[in-house]
Amino acid sequence: MMNREGMLNHVAAAAAKTAIWLAAIRKWLLIGIAMLFLGLFILVPLLAVFSEALKKGLQLYFAALTEPDAVSAIKLTLLTAAIAVPINTVFGVIAAWGIAKFQFKGKNILTTLIDIPFAVSPVIAGLVFVLLFGSQGIWGPILEEHNIKIIFSVPGIVLATIFVTFPFVVRELIPIMQDQGTEEEQAAISLGASGWQAFFRVTLPNIKWGLLYGVILCNARAMGEFGAVSVVSGHIRGMTNTVPLHVEILYNEYNFTAAFAVASLLALLALVTLVIKSMVEWKSQKH
Amino acid sequence: MAVQQKSRRVLPGFGLSMGYTLVYLSFIILLPLAALLLKATSLNFADFWETVTEPRVAASYKLTLTTSLIAAIVNAVFGTLIAWVLVRYQFWGKRVIDALVDLPFALPTAVAGIALTTIYSSNGWIGQYFEAVGVKVAYTQLGIMIALTFIGLPFVVRSVQPVLQDLDRQYEEAASTLGAGAVQIFLKIILPALSPAILTGFALAFARALGEYGSVVFISGNMPMKTEIVPLLIITKLEQYNYSGAAAIAVVMLGFSFILLFLINFWQWRTAKKHQAS
Repeated sequence: MMNREGMLNHVAAAAAKTAIWLAAIRKWLLIGIAMLFLGLFILVPLLAVFSEALKKGLQLYFAALTEPDAVSAIKLTLLTAAIAVPINTVFGVIAAWGIAKFQFKGKNILTTLIDIPFAVSPVIAGLVFVLLFGSQGIWGPILEEHNIKIIFSVPGIVLATIFVTFPFVVRELIPIMQDQGTEEEQAAISLGASGWQAFFRVTLPNIKWGLLYGVILCNARAMGEFGAVSVVSGHIRGMTNTVPLHVEILYNEYNFTAAFAVASLLALLALVTLVIKSMVEWKSQKH
Repeated sequence: MAVQQKSRRVLPGFGLSMGYTLVYLSFIILLPLAALLLKATSLNFADFWETVTEPRVAASYKLTLTTSLIAAIVNAVFGTLIAWVLVRYQFWGKRVIDALVDLPFALPTAVAGIALTTIYSSNGWIGQYFEAVGVKVAYTQLGIMIALTFIGLPFVVRSVQPVLQDLDRQYEEAASTLGAGAVQIFLKIILPALSPAILTGFALAFARALGEYGSVVFISGNMPMKTEIVPLLIITKLEQYNYSGAAAIAVVMLGFSFILLFLINFWQWRTAKKHQAS
């Protein structure tokens, strides 16, 4: 009897041991596959940007960044983001307030409409503005009469950028505001606060990390947008070239080192974006 | 209903915020898209049909749909695997990996495009090994799929991750005590719970891939009938000042995207409802 039980115990222990072994093998196998996939698709392209940029030395690297066309591209990109991001941030906060804090019919439809720019190809986003304001567009003749240029000019670039970055802030804020409910604001107002006071003293502190996150994502997209801007810009060097478009021109001229040098600026922007994003997530988890 | 009345009375700003939202939405998004529809309908139906079924256009629709679909499937499989690894296992460097998953969201598409083209060209870091076995990646459909896989990667990971985190492990433990194997547990318990999230991520990645331009245009080689994607064809038509042709091709494309957007929102709504019910 004892023997049989002992043997059974032994078999059970062996089975448990194999199970643990199998689990460990499975774990490291899956981690290995995940790392290999991410390494090939994420890490290698990232490293390639910096390696190609610095291939011919620091001197050429900085020369590519300080050359007049590059500088004017950087200026235009900063200007575009400086207009598009605040406009969409203000919209995002106001729209999220209306959508998250109130119940009304058609809310699902409204949020779906707000999502449209995520589903529309960037090229189509650029195309719609050419159809509106281009020389053969709907309002083209009127604009020409008054000598206003939108397409192949800075306003077109800004408009296309606003279109593609439209949902970023509002989509980030809606779930956060919905989770917080309306009780705190209601309490503030019943204690005599005005609507603005309730917003600035109660709502804003509650959503600040989510807001920062949305603004950062919006900014990354605004500075990096390629397809939409490419359609409306006309690629006039030193005039309507943003940083991503400048990268394209250099690359197509087989000036690879300069192309990757300018591209490395955008890659750095992406890395900074990811770092801030992780910090925001960490902060909001702590709260 | 009572709550609705109360919140509407107590909190101010509904009219103002809704009015502003609708006006801004109309001017930035709806009006421009209406202009697109208007331009496309300026063609009569026969011309419209001829434009969108012309062999070169049909070939680009087929190419865009198949490469996007394959890339989205690859992402559904590997995205789920990566989400699983990030949620269930502890290992050194996990936080960095987790942050890096979002790189395709943050990295401008043109940068991704030139980097991938350089890596996968016949003398590139990875392309040379493919070249050695006779496979060309850059300037082929395979290259397009790689670019589309890159830009779609975060969607599946980020939709599966939170669901996996909230998944109650007691069912898995119960199944394990009852003698189910790991594969059985995964197929019968975990996969059904994750499938709505995987489906949403898949659809998001698919929708994004359909419209993608920047990362693809460098690696695709842009050969008509072979590696010419729809967004590029739209630009080609525009450069020929064929505005209505560009609009017609874009409207069909937009149709695909809207169907996907609608499905995604429907799935998310249904999943949220299920969660509330349980």
